[in-house]
Amino acid sequence: MGVQKLPLAKAINESLRTALENDPKVLIMGEDVGKLGGVFRVTDGLQKDFGEERVIDTPLAESGIVGTAIGLALRGYRPVVEIQFDGFVFPAYDQIVTQLAKMHARALGKIKMPVVIRIPYGGGIGAVEHHSESPEALFAHVAGLKVVSPSNSSDAYWMMQQAIQSNDPVIFFEPKRRYWDKSEVDKDAIPGPLHKAQVVREGTDLTLAAYGPMVKVCLEAAAAAAEEGKSLEVVDLRSMSPIDFDTVQSSVEKTRRLVVVHEAPVFLGTGAEIAARITERCFYHLEAPVLRVGGYHAPYPPARLEEEYLPGLDRVLDTVDRSLAY
Amino acid sequence: MTVESTAARTPRRSSTSGGKRASAKKAAPKKGTEPELVQLLTPEGKRVKNAQYDEYVAGITADDLRGLYRDMVLTRRFDAEATSLQRQGELGLWASLLGQEAAQIGSGRATRDDDYVFPTYREHGVAWCRGVDPTNLLGMFRGVNNGGWDPNTNNFHLYTIVIGSQTLHATGYAMGVAKDGADSAVIAYFGDGASSQGDVAEAFTFSAVYNAPVVFFCQNNQWAISEPTEKQTRVPLYQRAQGYGFPGVRVDGNDVLAVLAVTKWALERARTGEGPALIEAFTYRMGAHTTSDDPSKYRNDDERVAWEAKDPILRLKAYLESEGHADEGFFAELEAESEALGKRVREVVRAMPDPDLMAIFENAYADGHALVDEERAQFAAYQASFADEGGK
Ligand SMILES: Cc1ncc(C[n+]2csc(CCOP(=O)(O)OP(=O)(O)O)c2C)c(N)n1
Repeated sequence: MGVQKLPLAKAINESLRTALENDPKVLIMGEDVGKLGGVFRVTDGLQKDFGEERVIDTPLAESGIVGTAIGLALRGYRPVVEIQFDGFVFPAYDQIVTQLAKMHARALGKIKMPVVIRIPYGGGIGAVEHHSESPEALFAHVAGLKVVSPSNSSDAYWMMQQAIQSNDPVIFFEPKRRYWDKSEVDKDAIPGPLHKAQVVREGTDLTLAAYGPMVKVCLEAAAAAAEEGKSLEVVDLRSMSPIDFDTVQSSVEKTRRLVVVHEAPVFLGTGAEIAARITERCFYHLEAPVLRVGGYHAPYPPARLEEEYLPGLDRVLDTVDRSLAY
Repeated sequence: MTVESTAARTPRRSSTSGGKRASAKKAAPKKGTEPELVQLLTPEGKRVKNAQYDEYVAGITADDLRGLYRDMVLTRRFDAEATSLQRQGELGLWASLLGQEAAQIGSGRATRDDDYVFPTYREHGVAWCRGVDPTNLLGMFRGVNNGGWDPNTNNFHLYTIVIGSQTLHATGYAMGVAKDGADSAVIAYFGDGASSQGDVAEAFTFSAVYNAPVVFFCQNNQWAISEPTEKQTRVPLYQRAQGYGFPGVRVDGNDVLAVLAVTKWALERARTGEGPALIEAFTYRMGAHTTSDDPSKYRNDDERVAWEAKDPILRLKAYLESEGHADEGFFAELEAESEALGKRVREVVRAMPDPDLMAIFENAYADGHALVDEERAQFAAYQASFADEGGK
């Protein structure tokens, strides 16, 4: 085993393979996950090796996929379901919000809902509508769900293992435009807790907080800012429910400035929650208001406009400058 | 004791695999027991009689037949052009209708101007019949818009990408038609995969309960991306209708004449207050699901070769020729027309401009919204800051 360089999608594939090997109760379910290996090939080869009883091609029905996964979980299985694209989770939203999220509480804690819902999300791949959205806030808002998103292959590998072992439902957002990015995975490592944020670059002048696809943008922004003599710290949140505010707080206490970056619309988004909490926790440390960079209150635009819509290096650096100007 | 209760008493499985229970696969309908299709033209192009549906094409002239042929040829040409434009990087994606021309032209030509059509995302041939300029269909695949036409111009709704949603819109529209006392009908297109969606089941329920004048037109092209129809249903799809209380018919989807006849029948029923019907057009997707798909991962070529023998265009051509309805001049002229269409499509697509940046904020609301106004102004100022720097 040891350390290997893997594309993010392949890291998830190997993580699912390991989970299937380790626990006979783990099932993979979804549209096209079998022979095709999913439209992004994340489940490539799994049906071939584990059979149709473990890696299940489902009918084209998201409510059905999640609803039956709930039933399988009630029966002792640990389903890992794939929603083909972000925009197609909504037929299942009812099952996720009204049933999956609340089952444990309604049963007075007597039953567990170890269901993982994998959703390739976010833009930047030139797709048609409903294939580029970032609906994470809609899930993070719902009590009973946990919501995470890895930004690199190592996290993708380990967070998937942890999500599958979790006895709570986990919405696992996969940054689809990073699927092909390679980074190191140490399969012998001892991973940190699933919901702990990580400082992925140290700095002293300002903290950039991001998750999923935007972590890379923030790292690039920090590198560019370093050339101008600015030292930016980058925190990869990794989890949007719960959010590890302690790690963000200690970073901000050091740098005194915070910019939150995500693709999803800014209005009532994850950044709004972080801004509110950090303002409360770090009021006397802050040199500037917490600023946010993200999507607009408009439908995700057609592909030819997404470069302008998505937060890029320029918009992040521009916001960094605004914060530093206070 | 019923079969069901016997099954319920079989020993519970402790392991995750195996077990004595018959797998669902074994319960699939046996090959060769497929119910018959409504067919008016055999794959060889021979006209066969059909007592029930002949009357719906009784008045068809040689001119009409050549028209149907022309529609199919031009639609195929348009589709081929779009596929190659995608390969050349001019389109981000394309969903080809190759093989489904008869299902689309036959049904599209059965509609009346005042009927309303709810397509999914592959109905380029139906759009053609409705008079939508085919180049309008390309904007969303090029990534310059998320729709691209005014649905009310040709009573042809926008393409719907979320599977099955539009069947409910069609049903609601049809309920409105009935409330208005109008005598038009509505037709909703969807795929065999879509038949699994809850929305489609709910559309069937509503349409039956309200006796809505809507025709559900399922193009069973055998595949939903990598999943064969058996992964969606254990009964032939047209038979679903019975459980909801309206008729279902399976038609040879590669026979344009049969599709025309059956769709006319269903639309006329709807118009005269007899309520919904389900048509299953049994056809085949000859190409990939979309240009992003690789069918070699999940199906073999033999299947395609078998379906090529049932090609909808060759079949009508054989009929036209054997009846002396079309001469070489007709085919040559059509070939030239087809070339010209291809050229026009290429030119229009290449000249299609990228949208203005401010289009991001256009039409998010009909009545305006303060937050959008604020963000639009910020965005404009931000873009202008680059211009000030002489374009960064
Ligand atoms: C709700 C939803 N889930 C998943 C998808 C992704 N998807 C796009 S097309 C498709 C298969 C559709 O098959 P079918 O309904 O048979 O229509 P066909 O494309 O074969 O015409 C899938 C799964 C989607 N568009 N919408």
